[in-house]
Amino acid sequence: MTSDLAALLAEARASGDPAALAAAVPYARFIGFSVERDQAGLVGRLRYAPHLVGNSLLPALHGGTLGSLLESIAMFELLLQSNAPAAPRIISITVEYLRSARPVDTLARAEITRHGRRVATVRAVAWQEDPGKPVAAANAHFLLAAPEE
Amino acid sequence: MWNLSPEEERALIERIHAGMIGGVPFNTALGMRVEGVAEGTATVLLPYRTELVGNPDTGGLHGGVITSLIDAGCGLAVVLKLMRATRIATLDLRIDYLRPATPPRDVRARCECHKVTRQIAFVRAVAYHDDPGDAIASAAGTFMIFDEGRSPMGETVSKP
Repeated sequence: MTSDLAALLAEARASGDPAALAAAVPYARFIGFSVERDQAGLVGRLRYAPHLVGNSLLPALHGGTLGSLLESIAMFELLLQSNAPAAPRIISITVEYLRSARPVDTLARAEITRHGRRVATVRAVAWQEDPGKPVAAANAHFLLAAPEE
Repeated sequence: MWNLSPEEERALIERIHAGMIGGVPFNTALGMRVEGVAEGTATVLLPYRTELVGNPDTGGLHGGVITSLIDAGCGLAVVLKLMRATRIATLDLRIDYLRPATPPRDVRARCECHKVTRQIAFVRAVAYHDDPGDAIASAAGTFMIFDEGRSPMGETVSKP
């Protein structure tokens, strides 16, 4: 398979617009994840859809959808704010669930805590109406070195 | 430690499937299945699907898919430890990605609730293709146990 992703990544870096790159990821389409850019940087959005629910009696979003949102925005932050040659490989992620997430859109931002030569540490936070009341947060480590082919 | 005959295990899995399909839309959307249950332990299966791919160059599943499978499997393991209709919620979940999953192979997670207190349940899990000894990911987490409230998963089980 040729690397269409590398071309989309180069485009996203050149234009500063990651939307097309996000749309090329099948799982991003599956969960309704998109990325926009505002004055403060990249914002990920998990568009609410009924299939994202984990507890239909509350109702609340599935914890896995929030983990997916946080991992995705952390990866995008790294892809667009660093010169990593290929998709960084995730080493580990710790997700903290802070509040029950209601069936509405969820937003997320990420910040690179440390960018080393081989490993980057990224912190991501997700919220719904109020950024001061996060619903989930995550810390993730990524391996940056391109694998030897 | 309770043990189920193969027939009892099949019946319990059927009830869990009804709860997971009827009550947990995202587990249904992912196509998750339960393969085995015992006290405090659940083995869950995620059949490979191209919609779940995170890297279209390699066909590898998105990390969030593994997170979702482990979160759901660990929640089920807690319910299978408590065996009562209580609401639970994930407090935290740490996942180590040991090696990339091999597309297009299915992924399983063996999830265990190894300790419960009045309010907290402790879980661990491994994700793998066929051999739990050759893991794709390992995980550890905690869940809150609420004695009020209702859960679609909790209501599918009762003490055998």
